[in-house]
Amino acid sequence: MIRSEVIKSLIPVISDQLVVCNIGLPSQELHMMDDQPSNFYMLGTMGLSSSIGLGLALAQKEKVIAIDGDGSVLTNLGTLPTIGNNEAPNFILLIIDNGSYGSTGDQPTYAGKKTKLADVARACGCDNVVECKAEEAPETMRKALESDQGTVIVCSCESGNIKVPVIELDPVVIRHRFMTEVEKRNAARGQA
Amino acid sequence: MSVNDRIVADLIKNRIEFVTSVPCKQLAGVIDKIDKAPEIHHVPCNKEDEGMGLCAGAYMGGKRAAIVMQNTALGVTLNTLATLTQFYRMPLPMLISYRGEIGEPVACQVEMAVHTKALLDQMLIPTYHFHREEDADELDAILNHSFMARKPVAILTDAAFWKGY
Ligand SMILES: [Mg+2]
Repeated sequence: MIRSEVIKSLIPVISDQLVVCNIGLPSQELHMMDDQPSNFYMLGTMGLSSSIGLGLALAQKEKVIAIDGDGSVLTNLGTLPTIGNNEAPNFILLIIDNGSYGSTGDQPTYAGKKTKLADVARACGCDNVVECKAEEAPETMRKALESDQGTVIVCSCESGNIKVPVIELDPVVIRHRFMTEVEKRNAARGQA
Repeated sequence: MSVNDRIVADLIKNRIEFVTSVPCKQLAGVIDKIDKAPEIHHVPCNKEDEGMGLCAGAYMGGKRAAIVMQNTALGVTLNTLATLTQFYRMPLPMLISYRGEIGEPVACQVEMAVHTKALLDQMLIPTYHFHREEDADELDAILNHSFMARKPVAILTDAAFWKGY
């Protein structure tokens, strides 16, 4: 399985969740397959999906899934100690680890060589780090959502890409509809 | 009221509930006050662009956010400022220690000081320079300005403002 197939398999589980999605192909794939106001697509800023997701999780009550890649986490490795030291039971970081910089032509990353991101996350203080194979992604995500614990999932898959159109939504539209959705869900939670 | 207390009071008055920071000697006192303020969730970060990501997330979660950092790190944040904060039109007050100005004991700090205002100018970031203590009188209005305009703003605080450290 390649990343786009992992994302496709996850849609039934994450479609109704707040999702912050990594720059490039992951956002384009999610946008093509299941565009939702609850998705925040990164159009730039490699590496910050996990940081945006953590900030969002710390600021409000709804669950937040940040979809990240091995290359992006390596770009912003400082994120893992911040995640490990700031408890957010509503935050799930999904690292789809295909061992390559997918959006730029599948150049190999160090995560595909000797560096083990799950071990790095554990060493950084992340308490619940789960490794899974590509085909286990939906079940692993379902369990993480049910657990009410902050979780880092490292999901290994094969490298490779499909053709996807770029996202033509204006960034301010993406941000506004996402914020409206976040606000609406938190307001509903307040009334529940 | 000490200048650190005044700064924190203005953050709270402007309903800033989330602050991330990378420390600087000049900022040690204000970071300590921010950390102790019950109104503010302080999340130290490891790099300033990471911090700006945290702020973007907190802002989208309904909490006004700010970053406390040193001017020497401005370079590593330029892509984030352009492609996240500015592209998505988000407010972001940046309380910046302006190292390398008059009174600076470390020569190397001057090397980024000479680029600081030029970089902020190039990024079209409204920039305010606090040199005397009374310059902080404007902080409340500057913070309000950032949220009104949904733009990052830079508040450069130099050694004279902090009266040495
Ligand atoms: Mg990758």
